This record gives sequence, C-alpha cells and structure tokens, in this order.
Amino acid sequence: MTTTPAIEVTGLSRRFRGAVALEDVDLVVEPDTIVGLMGRNGAGKTTLMALLAGQDFPTSGTVRIFGEDPVENDAVLAQLCFVREAQQYPNNFRVSHVLGIGPQFYPEWDAELAERLVDTFRLPRRRQVQKLSRGMRAAVGVITGLASQAPLTVFDEPVLGLDATSRQLFYDELIKAYAEHPRTFLLSTHLIDEAAAALEQVVVLDRGRVAMSGNVDELRRRASTLTGPVDSVHQLIGSAPVLHQEPLGGYVRATVELAPSPDLRSRAQALGVDVAPVPLQALVVRTGLLGAPEDNPASEGAL
Amino acid sequence: MLIDDGRPLFEQIAEQIERQVLDGTLAEEAQAPSTNELAAFHQINPATAAKGLGALVADGILYKKRGIGMFVSTGAREKLLSRRRDEFAHEYVEPLLAQAERLGIDRDHLVAMIRGGSR
Repeated sequence: MTTTPAIEVTGLSRRFRGAVALEDVDLVVEPDTIVGLMGRNGAGKTTLMALLAGQDFPTSGTVRIFGEDPVENDAVLAQLCFVREAQQYPNNFRVSHVLGIGPQFYPEWDAELAERLVDTFRLPRRRQVQKLSRGMRAAVGVITGLASQAPLTVFDEPVLGLDATSRQLFYDELIKAYAEHPRTFLLSTHLIDEAAAALEQVVVLDRGRVAMSGNVDELRRRASTLTGPVDSVHQLIGSAPVLHQEPLGGYVRATVELAPSPDLRSRAQALGVDVAPVPLQALVVRTGLLGAPEDNPASEGAL
Repeated sequence: MLIDDGRPLFEQIAEQIERQVLDGTLAEEAQAPSTNELAAFHQINPATAAKGLGALVADGILYKKRGIGMFVSTGAREKLLSRRRDEFAHEYVEPLLAQAERLGIDRDHLVAMIRGGSR
C-alpha cells in the first residue's frame, strides 16, 4: 500500500547568511499522524515549520506536502494550517473577528467547534487579541488550529504560556479532534513528557540536524537506566552505547541504549541491578547534551 | 492508569483489557471499548490505542465485527488464565527465590513462610 506522505522532506538545508539553521534534514510523516517536533532553543524547529508551510525557501533540498511543493501553491496551502507561536493580528482585531475570518482561510473550518473551544478556554470574545495575556493568545492559536480541520496542521509551541488546565484541555481536544476527523498534526514543544502520550511519532532536531526520530513507543524503549554495583552494571551493558554515567562509590547509574525488556530485567535482577525506563524527555535531554553528531560515537545510526 | 514503566503503551492498553477479561468486567462476547473511547479515556494517541486492540485481535482475545466494533472471543478468559499460570513461575516465583537467596532465607524457611501465609 503506497500513500503519499503528508510531509516529505529530503536533504533540506536552510542557511541564513552562512549560519546553519537546518542541515540535510530528511523526514517522512505519513498521513493521519500526530508528530512531535523537539529540540533545544535554536535547534531549527520553527525554521523547519516555516519551510513546511511554504513561508520560507530552502537553501537546498526539497519539501513536499501531500506530494507537492508548498511554496505559492494554493492547492497545498488550502490544506495546511500553520499556527505560529507569536502570531500577529491586526490592531483592534478581537477574538470574535478571529472566529469570523476562519472560514475564509480554511475551507473545512468548524465554526461550532471554534465557539465551543472559546468557552472551554474561557476566552473573552470581545477582547482585542493584542490585549490578551500570553496564555490566552496561545489559546486563540490552539482554537484556530483545531477548528481549521486542515489536513496538515502545524503548531509552533501550542502550549507555551497555557496554564496546566488549558494544556490538558489542549491534549484532550487534540485527541478528540483527531479521533473525529483523522488528519496530520505536527507540533513543537518543550514539555515533552506531557505531550508524549498524545504523539505517535517524534522528531528531535539538534543544531539543525535530525538527532533522533521514530515512533514514540520505540523511542521509549530505546534506553534504560541501570543502577547497581559497577561490575554488574558493566556486565549488563556489554557493548551497548552508554549515554550517561553517574558513579556513587561502588555503585553506578548508567543510561544505556538497551530496551528495558523482560529479559534485561530478569538478568539485572539476578545481579542485583535496578532497571528503570528512560522517559522520552530524559532521552531528548541527553540527545541535546551530546557533542557534534560527527564526533559522537553513540550517534551512528541510532542516536 | 498507565504508567511509564518502559513497556510500550499499546502493550499496557492490551494488558488492561486482558485484566478486565480475566476479572469478568468484560464478559465473553461483550463489546470491548473502541479505539476512540480508549484514546479519550487514557489521553493517548488513537493510533496507539488501535495498536493495543489490534494486538488483542491478532492474539484471538478479541474479534472484529465489521462496522460494529470489537468483541471478546469465547474462550478468551480460559486462554488468558492458562497463559498467566504459565508465566507465574517466571514472573513471581523466580524473583521470590532470588530475593530469598540474597537475604539468606533458605528453602525450608521459605516454604514454611508460604505455608503459614505471610510469616
């Protein structure tokens, strides 16, 4: 079965006056997938999203959205909703105006959903968007993205500034929107563990390159933390790549590229070693601390 | 509740449904929760929930009725019980023996403890 990917990026690079923002990025996202885009500040997340949305030009490489180049391509842009983190609105533009113009930009706009979400996020309809708090402005973006029902919705930091309740509401509404009307979502976030359960695929950028990418369940099984007597821990590690080690007397805690499988657990138990899974966020944190990809032995193929 | 214990979420979803079949909450031939119900309940990606249900179908615990949903197969409970019994030694007895050995509890003492309930 061959379907056209929602997103297909090949050898994508973007430089700004010599500064590398993206370098040789390859990425495929199948339709109807919820993808998380992660990485440290300056990793290239927003640049990648702008390129996907056809709002920027690659220095080299190609971007295909539903099989086509998005730049000045009305057919593609009608299927795409890009919600920027610092979305600008005209002066005097009220929340009610945002709801009003939705259908002009997005053919599939769900006005009923938008109205319901305004109540859910407790937004004042009459208030000017520029005068809303940061969190409320973020909610305006969330509502736009969800109500657009665009086949590809790209959210740059949708939960930034949202309170804990609103963030949970966002994840719930995202899952609900997807369930009712499956489509592709790409969202960037720093709140990785919080978002992880809602995601199917994760892409981690580091200094413009893809440092890690894959199915969330697979990434969650990529590494384990082993704690116990040094010799026993090293016996279990064997030749597996070590991401991090912290010694404490004769003990050591090591984060290793080994799945926390039942087999590893039973071998560890026999040696008196404790096995803990590595949450996605911890794995991403480790990735962000590694050296340049070319001089990092753990990076070959895996990380 | 789902916990991040390093096992894939879909496995945990499948296991939770298995537990409901085992304890009778989900009777044989009863309708299992749908992908979207599971996704909303556990606040997880629907594709993950679908994978959990898919694993149970592949395993013969659930079966699909086209256009209606998933149902618990007849014989599913017995199948799960016999599998759990097979796994019991590995999952519970082996760790128990290993820990007893580490603590210097000999076999006779251990057997006496089991006979006596908790002490």
